This record gives sequence, structure tokens and C-alpha cells, in this order.
Amino acid sequence: MSAATETSAGAVQTLTFPDAGQTGFQRRAEVIGVGREGELLEVAMGPQHPSTHGVFRMDVVLDGETIVKLKPVFGYLHRNHEKIAENTSYLGSMPYTDRLDYFCSLTNNWAYALSVEKLAGLQVPERAEYIRIITAELTRLLNHTCLAGFLLQDMGALGTPLMYAFREREKILDLFESLSGARMMCNYMRFGGCRCDLPPGWLDAAKKVVAEYPKFLDEFETLLSGNEILMARTQGVGKVSAELAVNAGLTGPMLRASGVDYDLRKVDAYGIYARYPFRIPLGSHGDVYDRYMVRMLEMRESLKILEPALKDIPEGPVVDPKAKLRGFRPKAGEAYGRIESAKGELGFYLISDGSPNPYRYRVRPPSLINLTVLEDMCLGQTVADAIVSLGSVDIVLGEVDR
Amino acid sequence: METLEQIKTRAERVVPGAQLTIIKNDSPSAQHSLLVAVEHAFAVAKFLRDDPALRLDYCSNVSGVDFLDAELSEKVKVKKVVDGVEKEVEEVRKTKRAGYLEVVYHLYSMSLKHGPVILRQRTGNRSDTVAVMSLTPLWRSAEFQEREVFDLYGIHFYGHPDLRRILMWDGFKDHPMRKDYQEPDDYEYEPTPHDDVCDKTKAHYPKQEVKA
Repeated sequence: MSAATETSAGAVQTLTFPDAGQTGFQRRAEVIGVGREGELLEVAMGPQHPSTHGVFRMDVVLDGETIVKLKPVFGYLHRNHEKIAENTSYLGSMPYTDRLDYFCSLTNNWAYALSVEKLAGLQVPERAEYIRIITAELTRLLNHTCLAGFLLQDMGALGTPLMYAFREREKILDLFESLSGARMMCNYMRFGGCRCDLPPGWLDAAKKVVAEYPKFLDEFETLLSGNEILMARTQGVGKVSAELAVNAGLTGPMLRASGVDYDLRKVDAYGIYARYPFRIPLGSHGDVYDRYMVRMLEMRESLKILEPALKDIPEGPVVDPKAKLRGFRPKAGEAYGRIESAKGELGFYLISDGSPNPYRYRVRPPSLINLTVLEDMCLGQTVADAIVSLGSVDIVLGEVDR
Repeated sequence: METLEQIKTRAERVVPGAQLTIIKNDSPSAQHSLLVAVEHAFAVAKFLRDDPALRLDYCSNVSGVDFLDAELSEKVKVKKVVDGVEKEVEEVRKTKRAGYLEVVYHLYSMSLKHGPVILRQRTGNRSDTVAVMSLTPLWRSAEFQEREVFDLYGIHFYGHPDLRRILMWDGFKDHPMRKDYQEPDDYEYEPTPHDDVCDKTKAHYPKQEVKA
């Protein structure tokens, strides 16, 4: 099987891959093969651009208004998180994981704690498991709400939807602040449990936020979901087929919008997700609108987990008494642990050589891998659509660049 | 899902000449992995992806690992004659291991919802034989991750469609995730035309007077 790629000189050169499958390589060949009249224009979108969600660049080649080539360029925020983690103790990396995807610090903490628990064979007490799914689902609410706001901002709905979203986000951040002392950099999970117990009155405050959330979602969806402009800008834009989505390793709402039923909360059933019934919303077109809708519906499902979990949470210790904070040295070996974060599969791959520092510490960042299909989403579409497509991927540059 | 031994025997039967080794993992996670030689890696990976019983259609994670040259010590029980009596004595046997780089692939199946099967490729050494087979033509998800491994570890991938640096800038020379990487004293320093001018002006400075 062969696929064409464009060389720097502009000529089309044919490279042979053993088996490219039904992937983007073929599609790129089709688009470049289209006969064109004018000159191609190269544009660097970013790195300083309000719609790139951070310091991120897209090198775009345009034929008129149509995109014929797009290369994402990143690394501006790279600080070699993995190397830092290899030079510090296991626990020492916990605050650094907050800074990966700084919207979802609690799920980052959980993913790392889960991997270390797999590596060292620690058990998590019942109450801590409840705290973990409650905070993780609150994080999912927060992330999806904000993403809807940012997506609308990218489409030119300046201010209003984003401010509505941020108003709700602040209520959840208040909960996180009273829980951990910090709004965004929570540093709350520990290996074998959580750092401290819930403060008095926290559950009631959380119940209040959760009870009021459906009202906000109704309001938000009345404003947005049926909106004619939103539908015109998003339907049929940035399509990804189910086949390509699986092959390119998309995860999270990006994958499920393409109609692939794969949610780690069901597949791995980590934590205590198996106890609560919830459904997985799936899209059918794989376009930007489906991604938006999948996130909206996912929030409603999160509420279905939160409501009973907040009632059922038992009393008890929040950390495994066997878990040591100081002098923590797991046996030599390796473990890969993963959870369904708001953006997709967040995994940590750890290799221990028996010393206090991990020998290898690898983050599997969902934002980075979801960007693989950015070019496939944007080819043949206009620049304005590329902005919307990028917005729907839901990237956080702290995680992409690490 | 089948056990790793069953996968190994089936893969060896399907891919002629392939030799797979099971790497044991002693941690409680018990995630054992398959080591495959570079020349058979593509065929074995294709088998894992396309086999109807496995259907590992999703390559989740690609990571590089660096192992330096090391001296491994092993405790071995040896029979020895001590003071005329034969005894079993523990002896420490030391072996030298040459360093190598590894690429680890975590494979899952989205259609059959199982996994992980962990596949490893190993390079010959850390300096000149550092190429492995790219699995990007099989799984697009490896595209950026293999670029990252190339960037940070300096492992080359045969058949990768777009092997460039991804996180470090293009002019960067070294591979920072290697265990023996030395940080330069000053990242920001770049020779500028100004330096040449400064050097030239030195010729015009008055010679220092030596006091008698």
C-alpha cells in the first residue's frame, strides 16, 4: 500500500508503507492531488493566538481559504515532567501531576495514585474510593462545562457562554478549595487513599451543588444545543470516522462522538464505578457537534453517579494504614495504570528498580494523542473550521507538552 | 483473553523465524511483556492487530526506556568444601550487561475490550544500533509518541512517515531523557554577531602598562 506525502519542494513523492490501513495517509493524498490554480499560502497560526488554548502552533498550508496541509507544532511549554519525576521520590511527583492538565488535577492525582497502587499492591479504603469517584465526577462536570464555554468562545460567542460556565466552575472549585486548600492545584490523593478526610459540612455543600446542576445544564442547553448558529458552525465539521478514531488511539468524548463504545469506567471498572449504573452517550457522526453533545450528556450521567455516591459514602479511614509516606520503595517491577479522565485515557507507566525514585515514569497524555487526527479533521475545510475543530479536541497544553 | 504463553506460541507459528521472549514482571501488577526482535516486530504486531481472537486494534501507550551498562549481581548457591566438609555456600556472581534502549507498546482491544498485551523492542546498544521498527503504519496513535521517543531518547524508527523532533526544538542536539544526559550550563547562550565585534575591539585596547 502506498501513500503520498508532500516534500518541502512541493513535489508529491510516493512513499511505501507496509500497511497504512484506512488511515489519514490516503486522505491526505486525495486532497493534495486536487488540481489548483493559485499559489499555496503558508500561515503559522499561533503560538500566540487566543484560540489555540495556550502556546500552540498550527502550520497551515492554504489553497485560497481551504486547508491542504496542517502540522501541529508544540513543545513550547515542555519542561520534561518525566525527567523531573525520575529525579524525585514517588510522592514528590504528586504535586507535579496537578500541573499536567491543570483543569483536572484531581483525576491526574487519581491516575498516578492508581498506577503506584498497582505497582506496590496497595488497597484503598472504602471511604477513600467514594471520595475519589465523587471528586473525579465533579472534575468531569467542571471540565466539560468549561470546554463548552471555550468552544463557544472559539466560534465567536464572546463572553456570555464562557462566563456562565465559569460561574458554575467556581462553585465546584470552592468545594475543591475547602477539600484540599487549593482551587486548582489540589495535590489531594495519596498512594492507598487520600491525604485527609472531608471537612465538616463538605458533603452537604457538594449535595447542594449537585442538586442545582441539572437546572444550570437545562439553562445552558436551552441557550446552546438547539442554537441555529452553533449547529451551522459545528455540524459536519471536523469529522472523524470510527475506524480512524480507533486506529489513531482517540479516547474520551472524542472517541465516543465517533460512535465507539469504549469508556474505561465500564471497561476496567476501576474504583467503585461498577456499583453505579450510568450510560455511555455515543455520537453517530463524529463531528464537532457530536463531541459537544456527548460532553453535555456525559455531565448528566455524571450527576447520576454523584447523587447516590454522596448519599452512600461510609465513615472510616481514608488511607491504607500499610501505605508509607516516607521511605516508600516499591519492589522492582513495572505497572501501567489508566483511568478515564475528562479528556480521555490518562495513563501512567512506572518502572521501579527498588529505589525510592521511579526508574521510568511515563505519562500517557490524552490531549496529545487526540491531536493526532487534527490534520485529518481539518483537511479540505476552511480556517474558521480548523479553529472550531481544535477547540473540540479539548487540549490543555500543560498536558500536551509536559 | 489468552495467556501470554499461548499468544507467544501462536505468534511464533504465524511469523516464521520470530523468537519471542516473555519478560517477567515481579510487581503485584503482574503485567508481563513480550520481547520481540526488531526484524520481526512489524509482522508480530500485525498479527496481534489482525488476529480475530486478539484484535488488538488500539495502541494505547508507547514509551522509551533507557538501560545503562550495568553490573548485575546474582546470588547463587554453590557446593564447596570448607574445612574438609562439603557445604552449600551462597556466592555472589557478577555479570556485566551492556546497555540498551527499549520501546514499550501497551496494546488493548477496543472491539473485544481486553488487554493489555505489552510488546517490547530492544536496540542493540545505546550508541550506533539504535533503530527499531515503527508501528505507526499499523496504529496511527503511535505517530506522535514514536516521534517523542525519537526526540527524547534518540531511538530511530524504520518506516515512520514523519520522524522529526516534537517537544524539543529542531536545532537541539542531545536526547534529554537518556540516563546519562548532561544539562548544558546555559541553554540560552547563542553566539551573536555582537561577540565577534567585541573580540575585534579588544585589539584596539591600550596595552596594560606594567608598573616598574
